[in-house]
Amino acid sequence: MFPTPIERTSRTWRISYQTLLPLALILWLLPLIAVAIFSVKPDSDFANANYWGWPSSFEGFTNYALVFTGSDMPQYLLNSFKITIPTVIGAVTLSCMTGFALGVYKFKANIWIFFMFVAGNFVPFQILMVPVRDLTLQMGLYNTITGLVLFHIAFQTGFCTLFMRNFIRALPFELIEAARVEGVAEWRIFWYVVLPLMKPAIAALSVLIFTFIWNDYFWAIVLTQGVESQPVTAGITSFNSQYRAAYHLMSAGSIVAALPPVAMFFLMQRHFIAGLTLGAVK
Amino acid sequence: MAQASVAASRQNSWWHRNQQRLTPWLFLAPGILFFLFYVIFPIFQSFNLSLYEWDGLGQAEFVGTYNYEELYWDEAFYTSLKNNVIWLVLYLAAIPAGLFIALFLNQTVTGIRLYKSLFFFPFVISQVVVGLVFTWFYDPTFGILNVLLGAVGLPPMNVLGDENWVTVGIIVAGLWPQTAYCMILYLTGLNAVDPEQIEAGRLDGAKGWRMLWYIIVPQLRPATFIAFVVTIIGALRSFDLISVMTNGGPFGASRVLSFYMFEVALSEYGFRMGYGAAIAVVLFMIMLAFIAYFLWSMYKEERAR
Repeated sequence: MFPTPIERTSRTWRISYQTLLPLALILWLLPLIAVAIFSVKPDSDFANANYWGWPSSFEGFTNYALVFTGSDMPQYLLNSFKITIPTVIGAVTLSCMTGFALGVYKFKANIWIFFMFVAGNFVPFQILMVPVRDLTLQMGLYNTITGLVLFHIAFQTGFCTLFMRNFIRALPFELIEAARVEGVAEWRIFWYVVLPLMKPAIAALSVLIFTFIWNDYFWAIVLTQGVESQPVTAGITSFNSQYRAAYHLMSAGSIVAALPPVAMFFLMQRHFIAGLTLGAVK
Repeated sequence: MAQASVAASRQNSWWHRNQQRLTPWLFLAPGILFFLFYVIFPIFQSFNLSLYEWDGLGQAEFVGTYNYEELYWDEAFYTSLKNNVIWLVLYLAAIPAGLFIALFLNQTVTGIRLYKSLFFFPFVISQVVVGLVFTWFYDPTFGILNVLLGAVGLPPMNVLGDENWVTVGIIVAGLWPQTAYCMILYLTGLNAVDPEQIEAGRLDGAKGWRMLWYIIVPQLRPATFIAFVVTIIGALRSFDLISVMTNGGPFGASRVLSFYMFEVALSEYGFRMGYGAAIAVVLFMIMLAFIAYFLWSMYKEERAR
């Protein structure tokens, strides 16, 4: 292991490491800690310029209750879920199929189709912006959740295919060959042999895509406007103009908006990291 | 009856013979169609559109390379381009910073798992929220930055209001989640480092920086490659932070190409779709150089297998 395990070093270094660790963490998360403290402060603290002091009273419940009752936040949150969940299902389904096709079969166009997906996944959003917005307008889907979901599914299929194809490549190919010798139909091989083995990849991709889509801001402002269809990332900016300079509410709102992917991350941590770091090890 | 079953078996055998050739295409069809429709065709449409003047509603007017000529004389375009280069260069700091934190956390003391996930935290949060948090951090009236500067005897500064500092200020905000990302890549990479090579290195008297540079870093190559890919793409995609923190200001000093394009095509400054598309094409060409390199590396690897 590198660096040298702490148990094998001197006592002084061991103790200083143990104290350094929490200090470094606090420093690293300082901006977030500040927002968390802001969100439980009363309004009067900001009027009295008590920004960084201890909250003069604990107003956490009032502030968060106001976010949920006095603003459009619940609607934005609901929209975010309505956008994120269908996208995850759609993109994962499509990429299970494309990943299977590109991972199992050998044919001439294979690598080029694969590269098309990979390259498309890397393009700057702006080159797609005007045509995709126009397309969505023409289909009558501008400012609808469906319009946003359809685009997200299509775009995420690029990354998901890269992921799934590499995952399937690493599976033992003998299983598939054995099934073929038995005369099992190809679609049955997909359904009964490969798909069960893909469960960890499906879990990893699902959490990743959930986070990506939840945090999307660009497409939200390009393809939607207004409370009825915008997700929470776009909503937070109009929330902020509604509560301009009400830092305690803005902080509470930001924390609410950030919470679902954070919860997802902590619940599915192992899968999340496995997904992000696929390919970081040979 | 007998005829029908013969026909069925013949059909069956045709399918049977061609099954392996056709199945991949059937599985690929929905994904490819979706992707062509929403990603690949729009790229070409944007190229085409960059030769037109179009307000998004009326008739598009063909203007040839006029949009590109206008770009050539556009001061704001050069500011954006310059900022893109600054982003690319400074954003790469996330890679060594991530490695450093990963080395710091690669221990087995109690609670280290929780520490690792808390260090990773910033990456999970939306860039919009990161932007807000850092805007307050820099705020000239109450921002904690000026409190810290005052503590060491430096004069206060208004980072986001200063043309010379604003881009750096936004990049620092972007480095926060990006460093977390690189850290997690390296933590995974460090897990897979061959312990025997480390022991062999120790026996040969290598330690500290020399050990890191000659034995550890070469083994982290796959992690470094991915860290480069995601950091470069992230730098060129920077949009959310700029939009939330400064909206391109002050006086357009923090624009990058992706933001300037959006501003030209969709904001209150006018609906110049063709001009926006021309900017997007330039950004795309820059990105294409990197994409080509990434694909080339992947291709070599595929061949080696």
